Amino acid sequence: MHTFAELIIVFVILLDLALAVTGSLSSCIRLVALQGVVAGLLPLLAGSGAPHARAVVFALVIVTLKGAVFPRLLMRARDKSGARRDVEPLISYPASILLCLGAFIASSWLGSRLPLPQAGVAWIVPASLATIFTGFLLITTRSKAITQVLGYLVIENGIYIFGLALFVEQPLMVELAILLDVFVAVFVMGIAIFHISREFDHIDTAELSELNDWRRGEYGK
Amino acid sequence: MIAALMLLPLAAGILAFIIRNDKARRALLLWTAKGHFLLTALMVYLQAAYGIVFDLHAGFIPALYPRVSGAVWFAYDALGVLFLGITSLLFLGASHYAVTYLAAEKRDPGEDADDGFIFNNAPEAVFTGCLLLFLAAMTAVTASRHMGLLWASVEATTLLSAPLIYFHRHKRSLEATWKYLLICSVGIALALMGNLFLGAAGLKSGAGLDLAGLLSKAGALDKPLLKAAFLFLFVGYGTKMGLSPFHTWLPDAHSEAPAVVSALLSGALLNCAFLGILRVNSVCASAGLAAFTGGILILFGLFSILTAALFMLGQRDYKRLLAYSSIEHMGILALGIGLGGGAVFGAMLGALSHSLAKAGLFFTSGVVLAAEKTKRIADVRGLWRRAPRTAALWLAGFFLITGTPPSGIFLAKFIILREAVALKHYWLAGAYLGLLAILFAGMASVFISMTFGEHEAKPGEKPFAEPSGMLGPAAAFFACVILAGVFIPGWLNDLLAAAARDIGGKL
Amino acid sequence: MEIIKPLLQCLAALLLSPLLAGVINRVKAFFSGRRGQPLLQLYLELYKLSRKTPVYSRTTTWVFKAGPVIGLSALLAALAVLPFAGRPSFLTFEGDFIFLLYLLGLARFVTVLAALDTGSAFEGMGASREMQFAVFAEPAFFLGLAALARVTGQGSLAGMFGALTGESWRTAAPVLALLTASFFIVLLAENSRVPADDPNTHLELTMIHEAMALDHSGPELAYILYGAALKLWLFASLIACMVLPRHSGSWVLDSALFGLALLGMAAAVGVVESIMARLRLTKVPYLLITAFAFSSLALIFQLGR
Repeated sequence: MHTFAELIIVFVILLDLALAVTGSLSSCIRLVALQGVVAGLLPLLAGSGAPHARAVVFALVIVTLKGAVFPRLLMRARDKSGARRDVEPLISYPASILLCLGAFIASSWLGSRLPLPQAGVAWIVPASLATIFTGFLLITTRSKAITQVLGYLVIENGIYIFGLALFVEQPLMVELAILLDVFVAVFVMGIAIFHISREFDHIDTAELSELNDWRRGEYGK
Repeated sequence: MIAALMLLPLAAGILAFIIRNDKARRALLLWTAKGHFLLTALMVYLQAAYGIVFDLHAGFIPALYPRVSGAVWFAYDALGVLFLGITSLLFLGASHYAVTYLAAEKRDPGEDADDGFIFNNAPEAVFTGCLLLFLAAMTAVTASRHMGLLWASVEATTLLSAPLIYFHRHKRSLEATWKYLLICSVGIALALMGNLFLGAAGLKSGAGLDLAGLLSKAGALDKPLLKAAFLFLFVGYGTKMGLSPFHTWLPDAHSEAPAVVSALLSGALLNCAFLGILRVNSVCASAGLAAFTGGILILFGLFSILTAALFMLGQRDYKRLLAYSSIEHMGILALGIGLGGGAVFGAMLGALSHSLAKAGLFFTSGVVLAAEKTKRIADVRGLWRRAPRTAALWLAGFFLITGTPPSGIFLAKFIILREAVALKHYWLAGAYLGLLAILFAGMASVFISMTFGEHEAKPGEKPFAEPSGMLGPAAAFFACVILAGVFIPGWLNDLLAAAARDIGGKL
Repeated sequence: MEIIKPLLQCLAALLLSPLLAGVINRVKAFFSGRRGQPLLQLYLELYKLSRKTPVYSRTTTWVFKAGPVIGLSALLAALAVLPFAGRPSFLTFEGDFIFLLYLLGLARFVTVLAALDTGSAFEGMGASREMQFAVFAEPAFFLGLAALARVTGQGSLAGMFGALTGESWRTAAPVLALLTASFFIVLLAENSRVPADDPNTHLELTMIHEAMALDHSGPELAYILYGAALKLWLFASLIACMVLPRHSGSWVLDSALFGLALLGMAAAVGVVESIMARLRLTKVPYLLITAFAFSSLALIFQLGR
């Protein structure tokens, strides 16, 4: 059974790598959704014995949110913003994937150093850390506002897996509140993306640089 | 009681989205603020006079709760009450200000004098609704006794305040909103990591994530994991609190938001994030890690003051200037907590006075903006002639915020300095004093040049009628700050001391 | 009898390797609804070419003639260490997988030299591309073999693949799955199959491996084609050893199963070629970097266990 869970973990990492090399915005959205679903199902698949009713409920909520609602919201934001369909990275894809690999090496080192309780599934800690790094990578090296939202979601996935690795069980209310927050975050960011595309005619964050302290542009002469 | 405190703004917020009549909605805002303040005042009174502690048990949904039921989810200790009081008082002032402000904005849709374009405002219903929901979220932050709930509430404040910053619909405010949303959300995601570490630290001893459990079993927590938890929570909530170098969203958001929102962000929201750090700090302190957390708090506190000092010199935008001043004060608060001992009391007093003074200043800055139609410092001269009452408040605010003696902030800064000297951190004290001097000089040049000097009439300028509804709250807040510096009433002193004790400070 | 087994194994490799190309072609033909070439087409071509007189350009030197010969001999030498159905061949020693890598590298090196010797622009271009992709493919292959050595705790090729059992798939499934994927990508790229290169292209500008062989003719072209067939056999048999680790104990049964697995590999390559389009030249490194990523992930996993 654990080998199966390990395979899922490997799958999560491969999804990270895929995210680092995928150029199409819509497949990025799908990959993030897939990762969210896989992460959400992980406790059901990896656990031994019959899953607790609470776990089933929670997994269902996660799968609906991350697998259906988020991709739909983001696809809508993408369509409405009329953006170009590729992610326009600031660094090349090979560089992204190498960074991702480096992040994985760093996180497996970190995972072995952290005095964490022994996780039942090997690599789950490195995988979660690598996923978080990938999220940061998406936020920092992609130029579109929508990919930053995707990065945020990937970070959230990573943190969720990390929580599984640590066996930290929060009350269901808290978990649901966290999910609700993430949902509202994606929703609000989706609206913001729509407004950005209307104001700026694109959703390239490189243009969001008017506000600063030192530049002597037309604003703040 | 706690349920009423949280449900009142929540219900009102939802109602505000539905109500179509502007006047009715504004009245709703005003009365909700008043009701909330009255409830808070009652709570402060009961807490101070009789020591009654309110809590809300999780017992009503035991089926969903895997651990033993009866854990307290929402409760108020002195610290929570203090921050709730600050928030509620600020919101009361802000609601008065907002009513006048919204009416004025309705008559006169926006025009940006700096770039010369015309923009629309967000629908007033959305603004008022989000404002009220924002209050509900902040109330939840102050009441949370569970780190997970605290996290969820802090994240909720981010999401609910983002539409407020985007009230004026133009490019710059949108940019500020986006940065705010993204940086804070990602930052707070790190705080979630911190929560997980905290949970892992208490896994063996079964401490869970509720504060009572954590504090009672603090000694049994796993130390390295607790350190990791503190670091992550510090970075996460520190981002929200505006500690440098995680502060980058703050000047943008504060300068582009309407004055009333800036005031709430600066005075109430930063404190809420600070509360998150305080909570985990108290857990760490009772686990015997006070030296570790103190070092980090001092380091980042001082760095924030330094950043603020550097960026304030040569600042061109007076709202950004105020934003950097907020960063400075957050740095001072962190410094005070980091020093511990008596400085904690100073930090509590500082939090209270800074919130009031900064909110007053932001209120005044809104009037200055309305009078001069520009946020550029260089374009505002001789405010004294055009709007004398505003100018008086503007100058008064400057003296109060920089900590000139009859001000609560002076007292707070002084107590922290005294503690630094008493602990023989002479370099620290020296650097702290030097930076404060730079900050004073930097702000003085700006405020004096804006207030005095000859006023040059701009083409097509009409005489400016100073709106009392907008200046009143500012004046009231300034009066409170002076009062805090001259005479702290007994009950307030008790409350501050109790709050300081909650964090582990001594008197 | 034990002496004869390696001999028979090598003989099978020598005789059957051109068949794989035929299988691939038939699978592709099936997918596109054609009857396709005869299965033994490559044998016929080799026979035809070996009877022709080679033609040499006046600008070429002995390097040009030596290239195919050395290349073929390197691959033949590689057969000596290549395990067959998890059983050793003639040679087996600690670290022989590095020897194998160097033999492959030597074959590549002389092919590239021969291509450069013609002085033709197209061949130079093909050579440069070949080397560029090799930069990515070789580390992927090397790291993969290193990870496999870690999994099995063996230092020789025969030892590694011999030690693989069904049990290793149960305990180290993620690592082995990653390695299989990585080796398969390397196979496609090293043998100029579709996502990396198109063996059937007629446009010199897009060719990689074929571009280098443009000037060769007669028996030397036959050497090159036969060398390519051996190389395909080599990679396919490594993967077949990996996905089919069961040892029944009977040499005949193992070998038969292994042969079937090889045919399956060829069919799989054919399927990939049929359903995928060739990647744009600039995207090929991504494919190989993916293989590299798989291999290094497998290695990290194995180290972290």
